[in-house]
Amino acid sequence: MSETTINNPQGKLWEVFVQANPGIPHKHAGSLHAPDGETALQNARDVYTRRSEGISIWVVPSEVIIASTSEDSGSFFDPADDKAYRHPTFYAIPDGVKYL
Amino acid sequence: MEEAQKLENFQARIDKGLKIEPKDWMPEKYRKQLIRMISQHAHSEIVGMLPEGNWITRAPSLRRKAILLAKVQDEAGHGLYLYSAAETLGIDRGELLEQLYSGKAKYSSIFNYPSLTWADIGAIGWLVDGAAIMNQTMLAKGSYGPYSRAMVRICKEESFHNRQGYEIMLTLANGTTEQKEMAQDAFNRWWWPSVMMLGPSDADSTNSDELMRWKVKLESNDSIRQRFIDRTVPQADFLGLTVPDKDLKFNEKTGHYEHGPINWDEFFNVIKGNGPCNKERLEARTKADRNGLWVREAANAYAEKQRIKTKAEEKQA
Repeated sequence: MSETTINNPQGKLWEVFVQANPGIPHKHAGSLHAPDGETALQNARDVYTRRSEGISIWVVPSEVIIASTSEDSGSFFDPADDKAYRHPTFYAIPDGVKYL
Repeated sequence: MEEAQKLENFQARIDKGLKIEPKDWMPEKYRKQLIRMISQHAHSEIVGMLPEGNWITRAPSLRRKAILLAKVQDEAGHGLYLYSAAETLGIDRGELLEQLYSGKAKYSSIFNYPSLTWADIGAIGWLVDGAAIMNQTMLAKGSYGPYSRAMVRICKEESFHNRQGYEIMLTLANGTTEQKEMAQDAFNRWWWPSVMMLGPSDADSTNSDELMRWKVKLESNDSIRQRFIDRTVPQADFLGLTVPDKDLKFNEKTGHYEHGPINWDEFFNVIKGNGPCNKERLEARTKADRNGLWVREAANAYAEKQRIKTKAEEKQA
């Protein structure tokens, strides 16, 4: 990690997540280069919130993100499909029963 | 999976209007074409800062100076969004920049024209950003997720650029005779380069079919150009400026303006590096990069030092 930072004058790559308003999740806004987290945070503020797009920012080193791919998404997410009983609509409730 | 099957799935995703994401399989040609397009676009944003940066110190009022500064800052941001999008395709930003400096990568022909007067700043915002919006609105609907998302952000910001430019032109057009002449002069010089910046005519455009099928492009250069002209001519009429095209006429039947012949020799000549400012632009850009290198190196060294220090403290504790 440190080696790539030193050798690459562009600095490390960071992913930026911005929370637009209180109470809602942070959303991926883009990425940027910076030597360290603090600089990444400042750069993220300058680049991704110039027009009040957010009230909170997370920066995460891109290299630590582990992502699924859409190619294996079929088999990867498949187990969910045969578990219909996870959904409330799976259960029949007799007429007249309320608040269920 | 067989290559042919992968290609079929890829095309099916695109036909369904789904975006292609960085980790998805994609044809090598798609990847290469996108890297070329996105980096060209990114280079255009940061080289585009130069003709405007030229006027920051000489903007006629504090209001205009603040606006121009904000606009140039936006362009830097646009460059960054785009370099980031290109990097998702597996190429390093440093490498992309080296391609720019070595002349291997191109940027928009338009930024090789000089900004001679204050009216040029108006003309650039109105015409150059206006033409860019036409192109970028199309690109925002493209099939590659990171590029398309960058375009959505950029389009939102370009609208400010476009309007501030028109406002400058409006002020000059309603000003003294000298100011009006200045506006007309800038219009005369920026009109054709803006018309041309939307790319070669469809007849001369190579490999467009595949790009359209892959939704890298969704519309032809000539069709975007037509929309730009149709929308801009009435704006010029309102300013009381004359479009520098004696053959320009409105076709009542089609509802479109018909323009005179475009000087494509000039366009290709500028692309080749023989425009009025090609050398100057590249020199300025390279110099800025080289002069800033020690700052980036120092920042990296400092970050490394902090990291080691934190680690040592953690061990002690």
